Amino acid sequence: MPLAYVATYVVLIGPSELWQLLARPRIVELLRNTITLAVACMAATAVLGVALGLLVERTDLPGRRLWHGLLVAPLAVPAFVNGYAWVSLDRSVHGFAGAFVVVTLSYYPLVYLPVVAMLRRLDPALEESAWSLGHSRARTFRTVVLPQLRPALLGGALLVGLHLLAEFGALSLLRFPTFTTAIYDQYGSTFNGAAATAMAGVLVLLCLVLLMGELRLRGDRRYARIGRGAARGATPLALGRWRWPLLGAVGAVVALAVGVPAFSLLRWLVAGTSTEFPLAELGAALGSTVVLALTGAVVTTLAAVPVVWLAVRHRGWASTVIERSTYVANALPGIVVGLALVVASLRLVPVVYQTAGLLVAAYAILFLPRAVVTVRAGLEQAPVVLDDVAHSLGSGPLETARRVTLPLIAPSLGAGAALVFLAISTELTATLMLSPIGTRTLATEFWSASSELRYGAAAPYALLLVLVSIPATVLLMRMDTPAAERLPA
Amino acid sequence: MSSLTLTGVTKSFADTRAVDDVTLHVPHGSFTTVLGPSGCGKTTLLRLIAGFLVPESGSIAFGDHVVCGDGVRPVPPQTRRVGYVPQEGALFPHLDVAANIAFGLPREARGTQSGDRVAEMLDLVELPADFRSRRPDELSGGQQQRVALARSLAPQPAVVLLDEPFSSLDAGLRGSTARAVRRALEVTHTTAVLVTHDQNEALSLADQVAVMRGGRLVQSATPSEVYLSPSDPQVAAFVGRAVVLPGIATAAHATCALGQVVLTEPSDGPVSLMIRPEQVYVDLAHPEGERAGVRGTVEEVSYYGHDCAVQVRLADGTAVLSRMSGVLHPAAGDTVHLRVTGLVRAYRPAEAP
Repeated sequence: MPLAYVATYVVLIGPSELWQLLARPRIVELLRNTITLAVACMAATAVLGVALGLLVERTDLPGRRLWHGLLVAPLAVPAFVNGYAWVSLDRSVHGFAGAFVVVTLSYYPLVYLPVVAMLRRLDPALEESAWSLGHSRARTFRTVVLPQLRPALLGGALLVGLHLLAEFGALSLLRFPTFTTAIYDQYGSTFNGAAATAMAGVLVLLCLVLLMGELRLRGDRRYARIGRGAARGATPLALGRWRWPLLGAVGAVVALAVGVPAFSLLRWLVAGTSTEFPLAELGAALGSTVVLALTGAVVTTLAAVPVVWLAVRHRGWASTVIERSTYVANALPGIVVGLALVVASLRLVPVVYQTAGLLVAAYAILFLPRAVVTVRAGLEQAPVVLDDVAHSLGSGPLETARRVTLPLIAPSLGAGAALVFLAISTELTATLMLSPIGTRTLATEFWSASSELRYGAAAPYALLLVLVSIPATVLLMRMDTPAAERLPA
Repeated sequence: MSSLTLTGVTKSFADTRAVDDVTLHVPHGSFTTVLGPSGCGKTTLLRLIAGFLVPESGSIAFGDHVVCGDGVRPVPPQTRRVGYVPQEGALFPHLDVAANIAFGLPREARGTQSGDRVAEMLDLVELPADFRSRRPDELSGGQQQRVALARSLAPQPAVVLLDEPFSSLDAGLRGSTARAVRRALEVTHTTAVLVTHDQNEALSLADQVAVMRGGRLVQSATPSEVYLSPSDPQVAAFVGRAVVLPGIATAAHATCALGQVVLTEPSDGPVSLMIRPEQVYVDLAHPEGERAGVRGTVEEVSYYGHDCAVQVRLADGTAVLSRMSGVLHPAAGDTVHLRVTGLVRAYRPAEAP
């Protein structure tokens, strides 16, 4: 639907007007900013993700388990909270350099996690075979390990790109304009629908390019283990005299990615001049966040069930198209979905504009892929043969659904709903655009305080946002890569 | 329990005829194995009996009760009273052993009173009573298969169907699990059909072996009959190893590269002779006279401990395989004398491929 809106709009306004809207120096600057930042951050997160993954998984670095937990921790800090932490600590953090540092530190776990998961699944026998054929460690890494890591590495980097294209809060705080921040500014300040939508069209195109890349990679992904038998862990590489310098480097990444936001947040909580703890307001924001997130989670998970059922049990081109189209939505920035729903509701059904229902619909569009991935994993654990056995034991279709299928997919329904719940709790962009007047969520309250430079007032909300994100991070760490690779945009 | 009768059962998928005009009778309380290579239609046959698939033509009856065909509306699987044991057991992962076994019992028997039946079934499949509270992932593959059998037997089905139930087990476990399953089926006088591609399993477990090829049933007989008197040379080659030699038959005898052999049935003219390797006797001494046999040179010896397979090349270039005791055997390059013991099956050219 959001895609159809943007496409229809672009067709309707015609090529000449579209050219007028887009062929402006400002647009060229935005395009340059967006692409430069995306490329730089994708490269940096790829290098950082692989290096950290190898250090933690394949060497004798002291305290590897602890480092792993700390290196994933940035996922629990929404990027806009991280941006706030840096900006509020040091005003000089802004522009390209600031955006590059903050975004890289926020998003490198998107590469690190799948790389680590892939390293764990890699059969060490492959490397041992290469060594036995006379390859050195370095050559084995280049010719055997790296090609196997490629899907995880590129998939992760592309996700960083998609997240970055959708990022509004952090880049707005860091005063680095990209398409997403510009669309919001256009929408907020001038309510210039035409310009905003034309830019949204360019943003969607950029996202689709990345999505195509991701789908292509997903298609030829191979299983890392061949054959049966117990998997063994790889023998860790002894770092020798590099041990302490490398430990220092990992420590530095953790200090910057986790230490800085933690320190900044604590400082504002304890010492901020504008810091206050208006319990009633905090409670109200938390309450409305929970209600919205709960409703959104239930609606989204229920919507995922038929999609998954068709895709798993009745495979065919139609069910594949339906399932894939939800993934396209995953690549759409919240701002595009928000904008599409604002315009579509105003034109078609004005009565739903600025209602909680419309906001929940936006959440469902944005987060359906996550529910689909999780519920799908559950339904695949309930193979059709179990239905056959239940039928042979006298259970009809309804009884089989009640006694076999539902109990088996219940945990994944729960996990899917939990993931969506937590994603909605920290969603900023669509919430800012669509929330009904007077509705205050943790994210909108945080935003109104921090964008007015009342950093202390924003701190309690930031803390609550981080606390709400922690369970999702733990859940994602425990799940296998496919879900971990599908973090929210 | 009841007998099972299939009459002219046919089932196609797109252009492929998976099951082609199969007629088979499984007597009450007996055990039939359906043996055939992968893709021969044996699993489809099992799914037709279970009611997961409906045949295009033909009928299936449990005793006198026709469950499909003959103008009868197909009885759905849940009311057919079949016990189904798929590959790898397919235990319900969210239920413990007791709840798995009690799954098919009537609702009132499923609760507290299910205890006796569960204990009885665990005992039947030779598992300790304290396994009742274990979860499927705490069981080995063989234990899972025994629980799956107990689950299928608990509601006292008319027929039990086993779909390659031991194929995922390793060799040692396969034998012991198969024997336990056989004993449980015997004790309960259950009519059972097991499909497999493993000839050892098929021959050692069954009262009757039904051999399938390309969707058709090519022979159904006792295990020894299938082994010693296969319906055609292809069945002979599929069920065990076979030496097939051309020969000339004259009444009860035939002459071939291994000399004169005695036939199971009289024949005349050119024939193909099917000789099992264990019928080829390898004489390490060098006898003379009538017992001299045919001279040959040992090319290869595959030693298995309990026995060994000896490949011998005859003077006329014919290769012959012999299976003999592993205690005393020749070495490659030795000269040996071969002769055929027991009766030999002859096929007229029309029967041979």
